[in-house]
Amino acid sequence: MDTLASRPNTLGRHFLYVLSSNPVTAIAFALFALIVLTGVFGPLLVPYDPLATHSARALEPPSWDHWFGTDHLGRDVFSRVVVATRLDLLISVAAVSLSFVLGSLMGALAGFFGGWADRIIGRVLDTVMAFPLFVLAMGIVAAAGNTIENIIIATAIINLPFYARMVRAEVNIRRNAGFVQAARLSGNLDWRVLATQIFPNALPPIMVQLSLNMGWAILNAAGLSFIGLGVRPPTPEWGIMVAEGANFIVSGEWWLTLFPGLALMLAVFTFNLLGDGLRDLVDPQRRT
Amino acid sequence: MPLPLPQRLRAIGYRLLQAVPVIFGIIVITFLLTRALPGDPAVYFAGPAADERSIAEIRAQLGLDRPLPVQFWHYLGDLARGDLGTSISTGQPVIHELMTRLPASLELTLAALLFAVLVAVPLGILAATRPDTWVDHLCRFIVTAGVSLPTFFTGLLLVYIFYFLLGWAPPPMGRLDILYLSPERVTGFYLIDAVIAGEYAVWRSAAAHLVLPALTLGLFTLAPIARMTRAAMLQILASDFIRTARAAGLTRRKILIAYAFRNALLPVITTLGMVFSFALGANVLVEKVFAWPGIGSYAVEALVVSDYAAVQGFVLAMALLFVMLNLVIDLTYTLIDPRVRLGD
Repeated sequence: MDTLASRPNTLGRHFLYVLSSNPVTAIAFALFALIVLTGVFGPLLVPYDPLATHSARALEPPSWDHWFGTDHLGRDVFSRVVVATRLDLLISVAAVSLSFVLGSLMGALAGFFGGWADRIIGRVLDTVMAFPLFVLAMGIVAAAGNTIENIIIATAIINLPFYARMVRAEVNIRRNAGFVQAARLSGNLDWRVLATQIFPNALPPIMVQLSLNMGWAILNAAGLSFIGLGVRPPTPEWGIMVAEGANFIVSGEWWLTLFPGLALMLAVFTFNLLGDGLRDLVDPQRRT
Repeated sequence: MPLPLPQRLRAIGYRLLQAVPVIFGIIVITFLLTRALPGDPAVYFAGPAADERSIAEIRAQLGLDRPLPVQFWHYLGDLARGDLGTSISTGQPVIHELMTRLPASLELTLAALLFAVLVAVPLGILAATRPDTWVDHLCRFIVTAGVSLPTFFTGLLLVYIFYFLLGWAPPPMGRLDILYLSPERVTGFYLIDAVIAGEYAVWRSAAAHLVLPALTLGLFTLAPIARMTRAAMLQILASDFIRTARAAGLTRRKILIAYAFRNALLPVITTLGMVFSFALGANVLVEKVFAWPGIGSYAVEALVVSDYAAVQGFVLAMALLFVMLNLVIDLTYTLIDPRVRLGD
């Protein structure tokens, strides 16, 4: 009887086991929670207005008043770094969700129907992948216009092939599986079988990809704003803050660059660790 | 059994043919990007003082009043003549600027890749032969940290430490000290040209300027190479033929290098393609940080002043470069691995 009692909780137990056997994953989950909370509540908690300039106190090193120092306009770097979390998260979440939805759709169609759909979609994806991806994103933003929406779209497009290929492979191996044939025999239409039987089974590996991708999307968006695309000053955003600080690093004002850079790194690092942790959770064999 | 030569040549020819549709796709996308200019390109090129008639004239002159397929045909013709348009900020043909600046970018990228391979491959092998030791953990840490580090941030950090604090590195401004003139152009690679010209001081200055940017880019590309080397070595070391070699009493060195590493080389070379994609993108950021006069910083400058011809030329050039690199990788692959038959 005790096996029955424990069964509903297997996944939870496995989760706890993975956390305890790999403390790094536990740290990653904690950091993830911290980042999300900062994104949600950060703007309410910061000590200063992130846009308020104060020229008398420009370029001050970190102190009790200003934990991360002040920038060249006397703005509080700590407040700006905290407030920026929301925008950076929003950009990457929007981009990744967009590529997840579109990529899954394309991959599922290609993998399920094969034939011409597969060939055309495959060709389109190959062409996207034939560009150095960051460079393609630059080109898209330059052509479509320099706005945050276009940063999101460009980031989504360059991430799309990863999802599409993965979903295609996962759907393709299952399209004639026993449970799929059973579902067909009981009178389900193609799209219904695809949506309710096949796709959910392809989800776990995609979730791993999603997490690894988030880190990359944040890096990518920050890189674009570092070279002056998308977000414009004075909006607080990590990439643009690093870019603004870059002018001061040769004269030794390190705090302008270091803190937004560290925040960016921490966010990316968290999503990468989380991805590795999720991989251990769903697929213990693919550990590297 | 290695393939006989004619068959191998055919395999290479087939691989070259495969690149054609990819290049065509790239050209189509670049063309579409050019036509997706915000607003009307004719208004844009006519300048702020233009009236209705001059805009219409420019539209006809640029061929923008004709249907898209016709425009595409003209675009292809321009490309075939090496005409990428004229940069509105410098007044120079884009292709000319790209060709002048390309060697700087290539020198940086190749130096970075060399550094990355020299560090990542031994690290990956060490980690694979000693799983769960400190080397392995170090490798895992570097791999995760390496992909998490924004290149532009690493670059600025290195500048702060090695230029501002320690004073070891020259200021992050270009490829040479202002004192020196660039060596006579033969390859465009300063390190090689300085040797050819026999100018030792220039070589030193060029090398000193190259170290930090190459290190920055290298640290970023190191991670995927180390990760792949480790994974490939682990897999191969666990296979039967290694066990047999061990049982036959071959030396450890022989097993590692001649048996395991030669086989692990193939997946590692395959990842290099992905690594190039990242490296060429990261190149733009590194060039901006170090004011490196390559095609990346050219594109960034062009972006700032909305010089679209320059940006599109840059995107096309980068994509073609990437296709070429992948081609070289695949051809190397055919040469290294006697089993590969690309025609299949």
